Amino acid sequence: MQEKFLMGNEAIALGALDAGVGFVSGYPGTPSTEVLETVKKYNDGSVYVEWSVNEKSAMEVAAGAAYAGCRSMVTMKQVGLNVASDPLMSLAYVGVKGGMVVLVADDPGPISSQTEQDTRTFASFAKLPVFDPSSPEEAYRMMAQAFDLSEKYATPVIVRATTRVCHGCATVAVQERRAVKPAQGFQRDTQRWVIFPRTSFLNHQKIETRNPAIGKELCSSPFNFIQNAAAGRRGVATHGISYAYTAEALSLLGVRPPLLKVGTPFPFPEDLALNFLRSVDEVLCVEELDPVIERELTYLCGKHHLPTRILGKQTGHIPSAGENSVDAVKAALAGFLSLTPSAAPALPPPPQLPVRPPVLCAGCPHRASFFAVKEAMKGRKAVFSGDIGCYTLGNAQPLDMVDTCLCMGAGVTIAQGLHRVEPDAVNFAFIGDSTFFHTGIAGVVNAVYNQHDIVLIVLDNATTAMTGHQPHPGTGKTMMGEISQRISIEAVLRALGVASVEKADPLNLDQAVSAVRRAAQVSGVSAVIFESPCIAVTKPAPALTVRAETCVGCKQCISKLGCPALTMEGGKALIDPSLCTGCALCSQVCPVGAISAPPRAQG
Amino acid sequence: MNCILAGVGGQGTVLASKLIAQALMALGHQVRTAETIGMAQRGGCVVSHVRAGADCASPMVPLHSADVLIGFEPAEAVRCLPYLKEGGTAVVSRRAVRPVTASLTGSAYDGEDMLAYLKANVPGLILIDGEAVCAAAGSTRALNVALVGAALRALSIPEEVMEKTIEGAVRPQYVEINRKALLAGLDAARKEEE
Repeated sequence: MQEKFLMGNEAIALGALDAGVGFVSGYPGTPSTEVLETVKKYNDGSVYVEWSVNEKSAMEVAAGAAYAGCRSMVTMKQVGLNVASDPLMSLAYVGVKGGMVVLVADDPGPISSQTEQDTRTFASFAKLPVFDPSSPEEAYRMMAQAFDLSEKYATPVIVRATTRVCHGCATVAVQERRAVKPAQGFQRDTQRWVIFPRTSFLNHQKIETRNPAIGKELCSSPFNFIQNAAAGRRGVATHGISYAYTAEALSLLGVRPPLLKVGTPFPFPEDLALNFLRSVDEVLCVEELDPVIERELTYLCGKHHLPTRILGKQTGHIPSAGENSVDAVKAALAGFLSLTPSAAPALPPPPQLPVRPPVLCAGCPHRASFFAVKEAMKGRKAVFSGDIGCYTLGNAQPLDMVDTCLCMGAGVTIAQGLHRVEPDAVNFAFIGDSTFFHTGIAGVVNAVYNQHDIVLIVLDNATTAMTGHQPHPGTGKTMMGEISQRISIEAVLRALGVASVEKADPLNLDQAVSAVRRAAQVSGVSAVIFESPCIAVTKPAPALTVRAETCVGCKQCISKLGCPALTMEGGKALIDPSLCTGCALCSQVCPVGAISAPPRAQG
Repeated sequence: MNCILAGVGGQGTVLASKLIAQALMALGHQVRTAETIGMAQRGGCVVSHVRAGADCASPMVPLHSADVLIGFEPAEAVRCLPYLKEGGTAVVSRRAVRPVTASLTGSAYDGEDMLAYLKANVPGLILIDGEAVCAAAGSTRALNVALVGAALRALSIPEEVMEKTIEGAVRPQYVEINRKALLAGLDAARKEEE
């Protein structure tokens, strides 16, 4: 036993390694990314680790490994689970042999996501057991239990954490690392591994019999418990990080009411919950995302004719959207328990605070690509469909170049639908390199096959930037440290029959604008691949400077580009040398040639 | 002990919170932290929470509970001031970071209003001249560690404990710069307090 200060995601990864996981796949997505990265960091070579091209592939390769008897884990964020839902829904019927954990990170707020979906609800829809950790410590301990449960019932098990558990750090007691569990290998059994309507009918029956049994078993799980039993007639039911908020809020209020903590929301630990419900008159359910516990308790009260009142999101006692906090939970608990917390001294209202929307980094090549398209389409009717990645930030002023954004890979296809209805517009679809491989390619096939007329702009910065620079098929690097063949986006597009494919350097403004103009003339699918590496993983060029005597203070560099390194000082443009990466885009925009690179050092 | 670090993405709040957390652990405390990771890191507001003590269940500091607020930027310090408890210490860098939106709209945000507000409302305010401490350290990127230095006394972390923590946390070639930054911050805070 050893104590380590770990981020929740690191604790999850070590929990999996210590449980003998032998195969880990995933697709990056905040707040899940560090789980797989940590597995790689601690890998002594005995574990196979990969970033798959998308969550569906990741789910399937992990399932294959589990079919062969290996303990496997697949990692993703909550919207990634939507991409992987097809294999998962069927896998729930087929089952696994080696333990398989599906690690999904939910994002209440949302802080870095498109949706506030709740994987606890997804788990009950898929009929799969789910663990819901309330701290990094508990997340670590849950992993071994999740693998054991998975193997015992030959079913995939979901562990879903939320942002504040994933990205919170705590001291975790870590066990001695277990060796990778040896895999038996795949054993042919068509009744088991080949999904058919008849076997699915039988498996469905088994699942419906098995789940209540798992629910009974989980009543004695250390992750489900009642605290302060019989300490009053008003109780609190909670889960996940909200349990931590509740514990702290109750201690601030100085009260200890009966509390039900649910760490395995599906199959629900009914007997434990019934004991709790019978001991109280009212329950406040403190939850984030869906009112899962609240609905289960309401259902149990109906089923067992209990008079207990269940309060929470559905009764307006807890906010229906957004994340909880100690302060919000404290206020809700004070109201519920009829307490009056001492009011904190109020501060006078502050002066107007500057807003800070996130922006593309100084020197980001995406800024140049967006600007080139904007320049090329001046005076023309055009719609710009965006996608998921750093380049979603192209929506910010002054670029304002993202008209739609839905989900991974959707920009390519949304543009096609838009263009059919409004054929006089030029329809652009912006997609990053990692997103192109993730779900972009199918959209391009659709466009070529159905003869849609779109301009595809691939923003190839040679990395998965937003989630922290993971490799992908276009980089040729793998998580096993090997170099594989780089898959060329240009060759893929040509092979798919895209009428015109051009590569351009976005930081060369004239070249970039001409390439876009040419592509916009092509009817059918045309593509421009803007190649320029992410500045966060490239050595910067020397910072540019503004010659104050030449600058006329027209602010065009600022009002056209919105680069964080550019500000006005005393009526002249000024470049912050600590931010400038020397991309030189502003020097190409300046109408009087006042911005230039420092003279190159000799030698 | 509760500490809030408030800044703008890219200013190095995450390393600063890591150093404080590790130093507090070296002093035998149980520690929890929470970070902003993801989209907001691209020039948005970032807040780190560091908590020490067995009674901290949440990784996030409740309002009116921070013993120390480290503001990397005046407006971000004001934004997070509701976390500071009565009698708490705020260590704030004077230098304003203007958002891109301010440059675009010609807004005159320069941090002076924010500094005046902080002076009027925080008795335990320590203002740090970020540029001066960075110059003393010999690096424009040393503000984060300098602010940690300025907050050391308020955090009850002995200087030598933090020096050891830095040695273990940064690459050998950066230890000296960070040590200088730490001492420059510590000195600046001492002068401010006198």
